[in-house]
Amino acid sequence: MDPSDPQSDDLVTLTDLTREFSSGGGFMKPRRTMRAVNNVSLGVPRGKVTGVVGESGCGKSTLARLVLRLLEATEGTVVFDGKNLATQSQTEMRKLRRQMQMVFQDPYSAIDPRYTIRRALLEPFQVQGDSKSAAEAKLAAEELISMVGLNPRMMASFPHQLSGGQKQRVGIARALALRPSFLVLDEPTASLDVSIQAQIIDLLENLKEELGLTYLFISHDLSLVRYFCDRVVVMYLGRVMEILPGPGVLPRHHYAHALLDSNFEPDPTRRKVVTMLSGEIPSPFATIPGCAFAARCPAATDLCNRERPPLADLGDGHMIACHHPMD
Amino acid sequence: MALLSVQDISVSIGVLSPLESVTFEIDKGEILGLVGESGSGKSLTAMCVMGLLPRIGGTITKGAIVFDGRDLTRLPELELRRLRGKRIALISQNPMTSLDPIIRIGAQIDQVSTLHLGLSAEAAKARSLELIAQLRIPEPAAIHRAYPHQLSGGMKQRIVIAMALAADPDLIVADEPTTALDVTIQAQIIQIMAELVRDRGLALMLITHDMGVVAQACDRVVVLYAGRVAEMNVIGEIFAAPKHPYTRELIRCIPRLGQEPGSLKGIPGVVPSIVDYPEGCRFNPRCSDAQALCRERKPALERKSTGLAACHFSEA
Ligand SMILES: Nc1ncnc2c1ncn2[C@@H]1O[C@H](COP(=O)(O)OP(=O)(O)OP(=O)(O)O)[C@@H](O)[C@H]1O
Ligand SMILES: Nc1ncnc2c1ncn2[C@@H]1O[C@H](COP(=O)(O)OP(=O)(O)O)[C@@H](O)[C@H]1O
Ligand code: SF4
Ligand code: SF4
Ligand SMILES: [Mg+2]
Ligand SMILES: [Mg+2]
Repeated sequence: MDPSDPQSDDLVTLTDLTREFSSGGGFMKPRRTMRAVNNVSLGVPRGKVTGVVGESGCGKSTLARLVLRLLEATEGTVVFDGKNLATQSQTEMRKLRRQMQMVFQDPYSAIDPRYTIRRALLEPFQVQGDSKSAAEAKLAAEELISMVGLNPRMMASFPHQLSGGQKQRVGIARALALRPSFLVLDEPTASLDVSIQAQIIDLLENLKEELGLTYLFISHDLSLVRYFCDRVVVMYLGRVMEILPGPGVLPRHHYAHALLDSNFEPDPTRRKVVTMLSGEIPSPFATIPGCAFAARCPAATDLCNRERPPLADLGDGHMIACHHPMD
Repeated sequence: MALLSVQDISVSIGVLSPLESVTFEIDKGEILGLVGESGSGKSLTAMCVMGLLPRIGGTITKGAIVFDGRDLTRLPELELRRLRGKRIALISQNPMTSLDPIIRIGAQIDQVSTLHLGLSAEAAKARSLELIAQLRIPEPAAIHRAYPHQLSGGMKQRIVIAMALAADPDLIVADEPTTALDVTIQAQIIQIMAELVRDRGLALMLITHDMGVVAQACDRVVVLYAGRVAEMNVIGEIFAAPKHPYTRELIRCIPRLGQEPGSLKGIPGVVPSIVDYPEGCRFNPRCSDAQALCRERKPALERKSTGLAACHFSEA
């Protein structure tokens, strides 16, 4: 798990990744800085699905954009397939971009409403300067659209004529156009009905097998992440709290445990008694010297308020940032 | 007799018929879940019960909504208004639809019990503080003085619940009350609501699209599909022995703990849009049990061995 280990089978390695945002700074307003992503180190193993889960505002989307260098890091590095993204020239970066693509939560935002589906599918080639003959373009678009299980007859449709699930399929097809090896999926099913969410997850599973893809899958839905992902990264206030090496591994971090506890099983014979957390999620602008979860943690001690627990390995890649892990 | 009995109501809004023959009941002390995918008619059903349909230009074209022995569809607006807030309270997805941003939290809750229970200002304040504490909000006195914008989304939603409880209603209609909240907050609010409903013997109509929330909190469930009731049943049967293929498939779409990779499949096809609901059974294009009859004739909602289901081929 050492990110600098050349033998490591990680396609992407994040080391001490931090991104700050500032706000205010006008007349009489102090300038405030927050760390949306705070010192995150993480390996994304090749051919696997790494899940990132956490509540709203914990930094998942910021992390996603940093990983693809759609956003510059304040500190830290992203190494993709052995190459440090920060030191790549524009031309090199453009080449690398073919290999790493993003699928967004809101399928509408990624597609220009005035473009037909055909045009939307061919856009990635144009952006990359791939010129295609009319026949080649037709073939490429048809291949992409059937790859995501849509009828090629839909090619002439406009986005508003498609359902949410169909639009998300188009979003996935576009992301696959340049044959990437790595997809960052930022809540790709969050705005879909469950019957459609399950279709899309099924599709993503099949595509991953067929095309040998590596996924970074972002979600706030722990049961979905536990089903779909090989490893689960739990974030809170920009920090990694715990990394579960397998979907069946039980969390030992108090926050990860609370998250699991809040996840109701679709089974009335397994109702839960929810542990009431005291307090609220702190403001992202708050300076927290110790553990980010200390204000709400039932096991917090003075040490937790004082010192930030480092991410430590419990063995087998189970990493946890907690002074007093659960048994 | 049930506290609320929705009997075969249909709704039209202009040329659209978004609800058709919706039937269900809620007893005192019971949590009824109303589930369905987006556009299935959950919020419209809530508006029918609240008597708010005219506000969006809708009308109930058929059926009755009997609350405590009286048909709400025949009550004059003045009497409906008296019932709303007093005996039937609404909690909506966005707490700010119920809160006034420029009035202190305390004054807003106090007002409900002075208005509906005729309490003095002092008694109303004491009651509000008690309610705030019951919703496990720390420092009730400070919250009582605060303005809505000083509170987080989860806190605001708890205040809205306190306001709904302030008039001591018999029925609470909650339309996706936790959908906009983070899961840890959602879990706590569902738990608190369920406890309060049971302790006070209230009836709660809980609208959600989250089958986990349903399994955790509800006693009975109404499953809506494309503006019609697919099934109504007790919670145990819904999950263990669903009577309608849509109920069965919907549950299959939720990943379970330890579920085999590759086994999550979804329901083929798309959720139909109101402008092109299929002929016959509205679920037929997506149903693996569908036969010719399903494309021709609408299945009626019928009594089964347990509950009600609208399917030509579901067993007894
Ligand atoms: N461009 C920006 N400028 C200022 N602050 C930002 C910016 N982008 C994100 N943030 C802040 O960074 C924090 C993390 O945001 P981010 O969008 O990464 O969260 P998230 O985990 O994806 O949340 P959600 O589940 O709601 O999508 C938030 O507090 C957010 O307000
Ligand atoms: N004000 C309205 N005017 C016209 N159609 C509406 C209106 N409100 C809802 N509908 C339609 O009624 C159907 C049910 O809507 P709704 O009750 O909001 O669904 P849900 O709450 O289950 O998502 C949808 O097809 C929706 O488009
Ligand atoms: S470090 Fe302390 S406060 Fe943080 S989760 Fe562990 S026990 Fe709780
Ligand atoms: S009536 Fe037919 S199509 Fe409808 S749910 Fe039953 S079997 Fe399926
Ligand atoms: Mg996000
Ligand atoms: Mg609704």
